Amino acid sequence: MPQDILELKDVKKYYPLTERYTFRSRVTAYVKAVDGVSLTLPEQSTVGLVGESGCGKTTTAKIAAGLIRPDSGSVKFMGADLSEILGDSGSAKQFRRSVQLVYQNPYSSLDPMMTVGDIVKEPLIIHGLARGRELEEAMYSLLRKVNLEDYHALRYPHELSGGQRQRVCIARALATQPKLVLLDEPVSSLDLSIRAQILNLLVELKERERLSYLYISHDLATVRQMCDYVAVMYLGRVVEYAPTDELFNNPMHPYTQALLSAIPIPDPRVKRKRMVLEGDVPNPVNPPEGCRFHTRCRYASQLCRERDQKLIEVGNQHWVACWVAPTGGIPSYSLEYTRE
Amino acid sequence: MEPTLQVESLRTYFYTEAGVVKAVDDVGFSVRPSTIHALVGESGSGKTVTAQSILRIVPKPGRIVGGRIVFEGRNLLDLSERQMRMVRGRRISLIQQDPTATLDPMFTIQDQLVEAIMVTTELDREQAKKKARKLLEDVKIPGPENVLKSYPHQLSGGMRQRVAIARALAGNPKVLIADEPTTALDVTIQAQILELMRSLRDEYGLSIILITHDLGIVAQVADEVTVMYAGKVCESGSVDDIFHSPLHPYTQALLLSVPRVDKRVRLRAIPGNIPDLVQPPQGCRFHPRCPYAVERCSQEEPGLEKVGSQADHTLPSRSVYCHRFREIKLEVV
Repeated sequence: MPQDILELKDVKKYYPLTERYTFRSRVTAYVKAVDGVSLTLPEQSTVGLVGESGCGKTTTAKIAAGLIRPDSGSVKFMGADLSEILGDSGSAKQFRRSVQLVYQNPYSSLDPMMTVGDIVKEPLIIHGLARGRELEEAMYSLLRKVNLEDYHALRYPHELSGGQRQRVCIARALATQPKLVLLDEPVSSLDLSIRAQILNLLVELKERERLSYLYISHDLATVRQMCDYVAVMYLGRVVEYAPTDELFNNPMHPYTQALLSAIPIPDPRVKRKRMVLEGDVPNPVNPPEGCRFHTRCRYASQLCRERDQKLIEVGNQHWVACWVAPTGGIPSYSLEYTRE
Repeated sequence: MEPTLQVESLRTYFYTEAGVVKAVDDVGFSVRPSTIHALVGESGSGKTVTAQSILRIVPKPGRIVGGRIVFEGRNLLDLSERQMRMVRGRRISLIQQDPTATLDPMFTIQDQLVEAIMVTTELDREQAKKKARKLLEDVKIPGPENVLKSYPHQLSGGMRQRVAIARALAGNPKVLIADEPTTALDVTIQAQILELMRSLRDEYGLSIILITHDLGIVAQVADEVTVMYAGKVCESGSVDDIFHSPLHPYTQALLLSVPRVDKRVRLRAIPGNIPDLVQPPQGCRFHPRCPYAVERCSQEEPGLEKVGSQADHTLPSRSVYCHRFREIKLEVV
């Protein structure tokens, strides 16, 4: 039984909205960015965090990385409480080495004034992992790991293509030999023909370096390729969590079903049942009472409007937060389709 | 049936300090009535510049240096700026990727729609107000009265894009150019907008030029497709032809490299990078990345080959720019 590398329990993070006056300000409301997220990430696996903009996936990742503190709930890394880890400067530094991030836009996350070599060396220097000739060698070996050439070390970020820049970000993340890498939309800003290169590289590195990934994306197609488990978020909550194939073959939450049916499949002969969702995502300042999805859900009953449902296990490691789904009240949705 | 719009050997170059960027270089395709024609390509493929060229709004230092754009019996490139103004918004209109950037934050939706209607039609203010409401209904906005009084920031991204589409329809155009209309939107909202595009095609007989890099969207809404790469057309054909019997190696490579939501497939990455358009590769621009390239591909630029084309345009014509398309057998998913 593999250990869980990361465990989030009922994590909440509210951002205050303030009205400013001349000498004081007043908190008028809170944006409930993350509102009770529970999630586990088994060691050496990839968990996908999917959802639409504003659902709280990036905030969840920042909490997992220890970059922001949750208002309540607990975060455990390798079984130890994160607030305790960060409380001690020695273990905090160790944690920073073990958890690394790769962001969506490789251009804004690389310092334009530094060469690629310096960028990749920086974490090694900060953490005192190598010096002198060893440092140079470590840097070149990192560049080779992400299939960059030695001469790239002398280039500046603006001289590289988008795909190459993202490779630099990955090399920098690998410098401290992390256990967990948080990938926040790592291929969304890349061109179509480059995406597959980076996705394949990430899969290869995960095997070779024994990494665990938290893969954040709004693109369910890449999630299907990359992940072992998937958590679907809606308005600050995880509404469904299951092993990838189980989730895609047997989506149970009406939101997951709608999300899957909305994704265009690159084959014109595919005819699918489309479930176009009406309306927009409600405002996270004022989320609906009861189940947050009830305002857009065609199966919502009185119970859904009044009471909130937690994630419950329905078998096969499949968890869903819905009143109706476990009772069989929601027709199954299949991505299987008819071909003309 | 005559095509609604025909682009013939269009060349649009940008005269920059670094050199001449041949953003669109000998591009041609035809758009038939009441169809959705997708222009697909990656960044730098020239799809947006092609759209800008059709409306003659290419930004400096860009210039249309050659070709023809035939629309309603005239070559748009021969028109005076004054005549062109009667085309833009009235006969051909444009919606862009980011509706927040195209709507004026200082004016209500009603003000903006009425302005667009009065500029493009002969209606007076009162009639224009009625028409504004009708347009919002046409783009299926619930509660149009409230939306008319709103400012753009009060609307969601999906609503803003619907308003932008309503404004584009103000002058009853025949052709709508949609440049990445759903890229800034979430998938569930994207599905609503795509549904709307389909109904505009069917109910108004609009021809839509849909510019996108998303092959999923193309497969779902387009009738015909032109695949572009580095300022050139690779091939054109019906959506079924493009996805199920691609003739150009680039099309095939793209299809094999996209992840799919309906099944887990091994992604076959396209090696290399998108070329620099100041010094594009000699010969076929895709040859450095093409698994089928032979010596000829690196020397001689491939010309247009028509395949099973119909003289009367009742069927979409199939065209391809590849030296080897007859010899190589492309495998598809």
